[in-house]
Formats: sequence, structure tokens, C-alpha cells
Amino acid sequence: MSKPREIRLSTTPTPEALAELRLGDIVYLDGLLYTAREGVYMRALEDKANIPLELPSQSAANFHCSPAAAIRPDGSFNMGAVTATASFRFAKWLPEWMAKTGAKLIIGKGGMSSKDYKSYFVPNGAIYLSTVGYGTGALLGRGIEKVEAVHWQEELGLAQAMWVIRCNKMGPFIVASDLEGNCLFERENAKIAENLARVYEGTRPATLKRYGETDDRSDEVIG
Amino acid sequence: MISIDLIQNTAEALMDKAAIEIPEDYLTGLQAAAETEDGNLSSFVLQAMLENYKAAKEDRRAMCGDTGCPRWYVKMGNEARIEGGPVALESALRRATAKATYDVPLRPNRVHPLWRTDHNNNVGIGAPEIEYGYEPGGEWIDLITVHKGGLFGTDYRMLFPSDGIEGIKRFYLDSLVAFGKRGLACQPAIIGIGLGGSKDTCMVLGKRAACLRVVGSENPDPKIAALEREFKELGNSIGMGAMGFVGKNMVINCNIEVGYCHTGGMQMSVHAFCLSSRRAVARIYPDGRVEHRTDPDWFTSYQRRETVDWPGSAQEAAE
Repeated sequence: MSKPREIRLSTTPTPEALAELRLGDIVYLDGLLYTAREGVYMRALEDKANIPLELPSQSAANFHCSPAAAIRPDGSFNMGAVTATASFRFAKWLPEWMAKTGAKLIIGKGGMSSKDYKSYFVPNGAIYLSTVGYGTGALLGRGIEKVEAVHWQEELGLAQAMWVIRCNKMGPFIVASDLEGNCLFERENAKIAENLARVYEGTRPATLKRYGETDDRSDEVIG
Repeated sequence: MISIDLIQNTAEALMDKAAIEIPEDYLTGLQAAAETEDGNLSSFVLQAMLENYKAAKEDRRAMCGDTGCPRWYVKMGNEARIEGGPVALESALRRATAKATYDVPLRPNRVHPLWRTDHNNNVGIGAPEIEYGYEPGGEWIDLITVHKGGLFGTDYRMLFPSDGIEGIKRFYLDSLVAFGKRGLACQPAIIGIGLGGSKDTCMVLGKRAACLRVVGSENPDPKIAALEREFKELGNSIGMGAMGFVGKNMVINCNIEVGYCHTGGMQMSVHAFCLSSRRAVARIYPDGRVEHRTDPDWFTSYQRRETVDWPGSAQEAAE
């Protein structure tokens, strides 16, 4: 059994460094990254609030994450574990976010579809890194060198706020898309699908169907 | 009388333990899975998880950044008396939840469903959930906290007797494959299946089967226990492992719990308790003793009783 390659990568990576990455490589990150998920996207893109960071010069790494963290009375931070949340729900905002911020690394859980990769990751020269597990919260927590700041916590709450984290060999992450828009999870899905018909032998679909999963309004829950 | 301060202090300690220490039964199950796993990527993932549990304990930090939705199961012996009564008990559990959210720290996950208001302490309307059970005899109270993630891996379906075991298998596989792809369910997991009851109790049964039974446990009905073993094997024959990568391990244990249902129906729910299967338990006695454990021991013969009366109950004693 071969072990995956391990690679150190900057959170402001060069196009050459990104071109080196292959699906399934293990990556450890150095530099500044920021958390942004639905709260930050809505505030920045829909409410047009000014983003409180210089992007992408300070960081090109957007982590779909809410940390397990607290702010102490003296204003300092206690951040224990960090893990990602599932990214597919953010496809609505990501194209505009990437165009606006120059993000090159989208870090999260479960990846996006290859359609997403090809339509806006590839043109922006960006790739997707998946967290491992999920989730190796304590291991990733060890990669936090310093919590630099938290923005918009009053407006969004601690879980949705924009946390700015300096990391030192933070990982592991898995390369889940490359600069050509190939998708690691879809590759694995396709391999597994070959076996599924056999596993489903001896089962039967439910008598009562579900309505509303398609836009066909002539559907019925029976038959 | 059980001291309310002791309840709150114990509850705070349980919140910390649940978030940080992977229960021994799940750890043993995952280690066994890691030994059989031969998919390159899925093996790497399981090894990383085993390292992660160690790191969490060494550093006393939460094992997962998503610390789930903390909830409480409270079980009382029939003779248990709590200082201040049930309202004081609920206040103590809410205070412990808020305090541990800051102290551990946990992720303040709980928000208003519409206004997204976050009190930054995992407390709000209906949060944390507190559910109750009782046992004949005993002056003790069991506090059980479960920190389960809340977005993926769980589903419900109304089946009918005509759907049969074939229909149950189908919905089981559908749930595993649907949420197993890309690892949304954070498998390999303890899979809990609720069968019967009504829609709400079916969900409750399945969730409790996943969260309140340990790896290696079996349903006392031998035919249900055989189904549990068959379903574990079926799930692990899909060809999918951790994160939805090619692999052999989706299910660490399959726990099935049943409840009597409407004669025309066969409700079914499926729940996945993830790679961070977080639970912690303590029994508190009126003399101040506190015994910590990781087995909730929820499903006793009393909880699964089928008869009108329970032998030795007050009613029978009176007769």
C-alpha cells in the first residue's frame, strides 16, 4: 500500500506550486488563512460590507470553518479545535467571492462538483483542499500559531465570524481538485458505483414515494 | 437528596470529557477497522483520526472543531430526589452547557433557525435538549451528555409491512450511500436504526440506538441481533470507506431499536454517530459519590418493557 505524498504549501501559493499538486496529495499549510462561510459571504457580497483584510495579498486561503473558540474578557482568544463544514452549500456565493478576493485555496469538507471546479475554480487558478476525517480538529488546532483577529463577531456571532489564523504546518488536508478541474470525490464515487448494483441485490424500493424531489408536478407518491 | 451544585459540577466535567475523550468502545472498534482497511486514502484517514484522538487528549482540546449540538439524557432511579427539583436540575444543565462552551471551548453552534441569533453559549430555545428516563429502584441520577453533529447522515421514511426486510435494507443502503459519498456522514459510524413507534418516536429510537448503545452491544431479541450483524456486514460490503473513498469500513456497529407502531405502518429512521462519537456519563448518588463511565446503559429491560405492569412496581406491591 503506497503512502500519499506530503507537501508544504503557502496560503498565498504561486501558480507553479498549485500546478505541482495531484489529487490525493496531503498538504500542510503555512501562512495566514481566514474563515468565511454563509455569514461572511452574505455580509460581504449581499450587504456590500467592506472586507476587513487585504485579499489576496494577506491570504488566498478561504477556510469553510467555524472554530471551537472563545474570546476571553481581556480580548485574547482561546481556540482549541478547528474543522471544516460541508462546502457544497456555498456554491451560490463562491464565484463572486473568488473574483472579488482572488482566493486560490478553498478549504472545506466534501469538495464541490467538477462542474463547479471547471466553471470557476479553473478560470481563477484555484484548487480545493479537503480536511481529513472528518475531522481532525485537534491536529489542525495544533497547526495554529496565532489567532490574529476576529472580524464581525458582533454581527454574525462567534461561529460565523471571520477568524484570521496564522498557521504553521497546519494539516493534514487532501488535494481534492487540481488546476484542470478534476474531482477526487467523483473519481472515488465512480469506482464505488461499479459495485453498487451487487450490494443492492435483494432489496426493494419503498412503496410510498417522495414528492417534490423533482420539478415534475404530475408526480404521485404511489406507483 | 442529590446536591444541585454537585449536579452542575459533574455536568461541566462531562461536557469537557465528551468533547475531548473518544469513548473506549468506539476507539477499539475504529482500531479494528483501521487494521482491516486497505484503501490507500481511507487508511490514511483512519490513521489520521487515531492520531487526532491522541492529540485531543494530550492537549485537552476538542477532538473535532464541530463540537456538535450538546444535549442531555437524564435517567433517575425511582427514589431519586433532587435538591430544588426538576426546574433546578434543568437550570444546572443549561448553566453547565453555557459554561463548558466557553471553558473547553466548544463551538457555539446553536442559533435561532430564522434570525440566526447566536448567544455564543449553545443555549437557546429548546437547546440543549433534555430527555428523561426512569428505572425502578435506586436513589441515583445518571447524567449523559451526547455531542452529535447535526447536518448529515440521518433520514426517516414511512415504510409498510409490504415493504418487508427488503424495503428496510433498501432504505438502510440508500441512507449509507447518500450520506457516505464525499464522507458527509463522517463515517465509519455507529449506525442507529429506529423501527416502528410513530414518526417522532421512531426518530428518537434511532438516535438513541446510535448514541446511547456502545460498540459491541446487541439487541436482546436474537433475531434483531442477527439483523444488526447482517446490516453491519452489508454496510461494510458497499466498497466505501472514510470520506467516501474506496474502502471497507462504513459501519463500526449497527444498533437497531424497535417500538410498537400503527398496524398499517413500519416507520424507519437511520442515524449515523460519526468519527467523533462523543458521549460521557456519570452516576451521582445522594451521599456525594460520582461514578464516571462511557456506557449510557440506557436500553435496560425496563426501557424495552412490553407488558402492562412491571414486576415489583408500586401498583403490584399495593395488590
